[in-house]
This record gives sequence, C-alpha cells and structure tokens, in this order.
Amino acid sequence: MTSTSKLTLGPVLFNWKPETLRDFYFRMADEADLDTVHVGEVVCSKRTPFFEPFIPEIVERLTAAGKDVVLSSLALIMNDRESNAARDLAAAGMLVEANDISVAALMAGKPFVAGPLLNVYNEGTLASLEAMGATRVCLPAELSAEAVASLAASAKAEIEVQAFGRLPLAISARCYAARARNLTKDGCQYVCADDPDGMAVETLDEVPFLAVNGTQTMSYHHMDLLGDLADLAARGIRRFRLWPQTFDMVGVTGLFRAVLDRTMAVAEAEDALARLCPGAEFANGYIHGRPGHLFIETDE
Amino acid sequence: MTELARPELVCPAGTPAALKSAVDAGADCVYVGFRDETNARNFPGLNFSRKELGEGVAYAHAHGAKVLAAINTFPRAGQPQLWHRAVDDAAKAKVDAVILADIGLIEYAARTHPELRLHLSVQAAASNPDAIRFYAERFGIKRVVLPRVLTVSEIAAINPRIAPVETEVFVFGGLCVMAEGRCALSSYATGQSPNMNGVCSPAGEVRYTETPEGITSELGGFTINKFAHNEPAGYPTLCKGRFIANDKASYLFEEPTSLNTLAILPDLIRAGVTAFKIEGRQRGRAYVAAVVQAFRQGIDAVLAGRPLPDIDLDRITEGGKQTTGAYEKAWR
Repeated sequence: MTSTSKLTLGPVLFNWKPETLRDFYFRMADEADLDTVHVGEVVCSKRTPFFEPFIPEIVERLTAAGKDVVLSSLALIMNDRESNAARDLAAAGMLVEANDISVAALMAGKPFVAGPLLNVYNEGTLASLEAMGATRVCLPAELSAEAVASLAASAKAEIEVQAFGRLPLAISARCYAARARNLTKDGCQYVCADDPDGMAVETLDEVPFLAVNGTQTMSYHHMDLLGDLADLAARGIRRFRLWPQTFDMVGVTGLFRAVLDRTMAVAEAEDALARLCPGAEFANGYIHGRPGHLFIETDE
Repeated sequence: MTELARPELVCPAGTPAALKSAVDAGADCVYVGFRDETNARNFPGLNFSRKELGEGVAYAHAHGAKVLAAINTFPRAGQPQLWHRAVDDAAKAKVDAVILADIGLIEYAARTHPELRLHLSVQAAASNPDAIRFYAERFGIKRVVLPRVLTVSEIAAINPRIAPVETEVFVFGGLCVMAEGRCALSSYATGQSPNMNGVCSPAGEVRYTETPEGITSELGGFTINKFAHNEPAGYPTLCKGRFIANDKASYLFEEPTSLNTLAILPDLIRAGVTAFKIEGRQRGRAYVAAVVQAFRQGIDAVLAGRPLPDIDLDRITEGGKQTTGAYEKAWR
C-alpha cells in the first residue's frame, strides 16, 4: 500500500553557485520522488541577481517532470528593492510561498503557501491566513506534535511539517558569515558561498551548536523526523518538508518516501540516512516538545 | 522647515512601583504585562495582576500618562483562552492600547473590542510598508513598533508611506540582534522561546561553573561564555555569547552591549517617529528613572534647538558597552 503523504523540497537556503543550483534542481526533477519543489532566494537579496536568470529553465524542467513548483519569497523585506521584488513575485502568475507577511498580503485573494518563517502558532492565525488565501501552511520549527496535531485538526489548508535538514532558526539584518571574517554585509564578498551547508558554530568547548548561513542562523543538527513520521501521519499530517543540503537529496527523499510508504523500517532508514549524511548529527527535539537540539529515540 | 513633532516617551514597568517611578520621571506612556506567559517578559516576580493593572492605569491617567498592555507572545495551539482573557481584561482596565504580535489574537481583539486601540508589537517584525499597511487595513492597527533591523534612513522612508499609522522605535536597553519574533535560538537550546513562552535564555536553564581558569556560563548545557577570575561573569544571553566559527572564537552575533541612541536622537526625531521606547521591564526603578530622565532631557533639548545634553548611561548598560545597533548601516 502506498501512503497518501506528500513530500516537499524546500528552497535551497544556501548560497550555491547558480550552475550548481541548476544542476541540483535538474537532478531532483529527474530522479527524486517529490511532489512539490520550492525555488527562490529566501535569505539574502544580494544573492538573487546571480540565480534569477536560471529560474525559468529550472521551473520548466521541474514542471515537465511532474513536480508542482512554488516560488519562495525572501524572509525579511527591508527596502524598496526587496518590496518591489515581492510585488513581481506576487504578480508572476505562479504559486508563491510567503516568508514575510507582506508577501501574503500582496497575494491576498490568490492562493498562496504560508512559509515556515511566518509565525503560525495557533488556530486563530491559521484561520486568518486561510481567509487570505493560504492553501498550504508549513509550520514553524519549534512546534510540538501536540501543537501540530491541534492545528491540523482545524485546518482547511494543507499542513506541512519540516522533517529533514538544518532548521532555519533566526533571521537578521546583520550578516554573520561576513562578521566572522571581519567584513560587513555591504562589503561581504559573498563569503557565505564558502559554506554550502552553513558555517558550523561551536561553543568555546568545541561542542557543535548552530550554523550560520549569511544573515540566517540555523541548527547545527539536522532535523530527522524519520522515526516520527508514522505518529505525525496518525495525527493528520500529510505533508513533510525536506530542506536541501549538499548530501544526496535524491537518496534522502527516497528514505522518507520509503518510511512513509512503509516499505522500509525506521531503523533501517535511520542507518541509511546516517550513511548518506556523513558527519551529520540529527535532532528531533522540537516535535517531542523538548529543546530542539535533542534527538529523542522513538520506539516502533 | 516644518516644526518637529514631539515624540512620546514609552517606558517599561515590570512592577507597580516602576510604573509610578516612570510616570513621576516624565514618561508619556508606560507599558506593562500580565503575570503570565502572555507577554514577552514572563519572568518570576515581574508584571501585573489584574488589580494592579487597574490601579496603575488610574495612577497614570491621573498624572496625564498612558498605559499600554503588552500581550505579545503567540497563543498556544488549542489554548487561546489565556491570551483572549488578557485582551479582555486589558480592555476592562481601560488601558490606552494593547500591544499584540499574533495575527489571530489581533483579529480577536479587533472583533471583540472594536474600541480598543491596537499597537503592533516588535515581535511581529513588520519591517516594510506593505506589511504595516496589511495590519492597518485589515485590523486597524494604529501604531507599529518597528523591528530593530532597520536603519534610520529606512525608517524615514517608511514613515510617510504608512501614514496615518504611527511608528515607535526602541531607543535604549537590551538589544535583539535577530529580527524579533523570528528567532528560535532560545528554544533550540532550552525548549523555551520568546514566541511561545515569553522568555529568551531563561534563568532556569542557566548555570555558572567554577573552573581553574575562571567561570563558565552555560545555557541549556551549552557553554555561552567563559570569564577569567577578574572579569565579571555576564548573563548568558544566547546571542551575546562567544562561539567558535571559521576557526576563531568571537562574539559572533553581538557583544554584551546595550542599545543607546541618545547621540542620534535628532536623526530619529527628524525621521518622523511618533514614539521612543525604552526596553527593560525586568529592570529596577532606578534604571527606569535614570533612562526616562535622560531621554526626557534629550528630546526636550532637540525640540528646543539646544545641543544634546551629555548624559552618561554607562553604569546601567550591559557590560558597560553601548551601540546604536541596526540604526547605522555599518552594524550589518
């Protein structure tokens, strides 16, 4: 029996070379068992001009491969250039993911996806966004399974939960990739490109803690909800988001699909995931109502 | 040149005594929270009971000052009652406005209390005119507290485009380096966050350990900083810690520092900001009185065309260090 659950590939949050991004999306289009793929710059508008020319061919290839394509917006819009880009995005005639509330407002009346960087913590806000046109809502990382289930129970929109990859935890006007190299954002030399999975941030005791992706701060640990998929599905969650990393994302997608379809045991999938993500540490604390960095073993 | 408008001074009060101090020191407005997780300073021993709020409003109104109630966390899924009751009780106490962050709660307040004035909390991080107009047009928000991500010139550009919506900006005190309301670092380390619990880097998760080299401060088991024996050990606020990145230990996000905009007050006034906000509901009466007096003098001097008074607020800033933060572009 196959599951009715769907898999979304979130937008690439990192500053990858445009050609690398294109090749990544082409491979995901051709080989990954995904329902929906997000494309677009979320973190820093300084990166946009390099990637933008490649978007049409990426969208075309994904669409031809039968994937639904969604354009993701910037997360923090602070000036006219960024507001104008948001207007263009809203008028592009494609499904858009709003990661700043202004984009949801610009889409009002038209269907849109509410991204995980909007603050949807409760049914009241969910209903307001649904009334504005949200057809899918990807929930914030810090919600527990209880909160997620409560929201799913009242939702008209499709509810999505982040299930794999480094979690976006914070966004700032300040660029920490630049700051770590004694640069400022204006003169950043695009140094965030040096860390295609984010720059590791350790404590003074050299314990891995966070990761920096330009102006975005992420978890060091990679979210891994393989062991929680069955429980979440039982609580009414039918869609999960995988965040792109430089690991073999076709393989990662296959593992999530296999566990959702019950064609692979969780333990086997966890072992395979660890092999696909060498050096990665995993976490699922948030969904268990615990600190986000923890990994809680689930019995199955 | 048109005459400069006189900005309101909006001051914190964590206790009824602090409210009186702020009003007596010249605050135009005092902001407060209830003693629970409905506000972003949900600290032990702080905040107001329903009765205290009523008395505080009476005291402020008798002295020509206003009271704003911050109900600026995000209601828990399935359990909005605590937050709805906070809005109802604030309205009943005749506060001059409520400061809200959550869209669902704003919708509730606008529907249930159409006469209640609504301010958008900094925790909503509305950082551009489209976002601000959305809250104004959809819910009748009258004032937005701007997130601490914008430069003075960006603020000046926003103001004419959102009129008649007013802006309020932080001028002094603790400094978030991330866009407010959009940061889950605290819950990643401790399970508790500003959005869900009204706390950042909560005291219950803090530990100081003596080592042969000095003192190590931890949050949720993660080392946030280390201090030599002769250094004062600061509170381990997550984003003000020292970390290793790119093979170097540094204050990667921000140093332990406080926002102080006294030196750029004329620019902020010219940018058309309606209200100046002082952070620190967790701080004592002496802090509130000193900062209120300093900014009262500063604002009055700018409006009278006098030079800014030279006021030293070093002794009440974090680590004795000060910054103008994101208001100046080089900070980024």
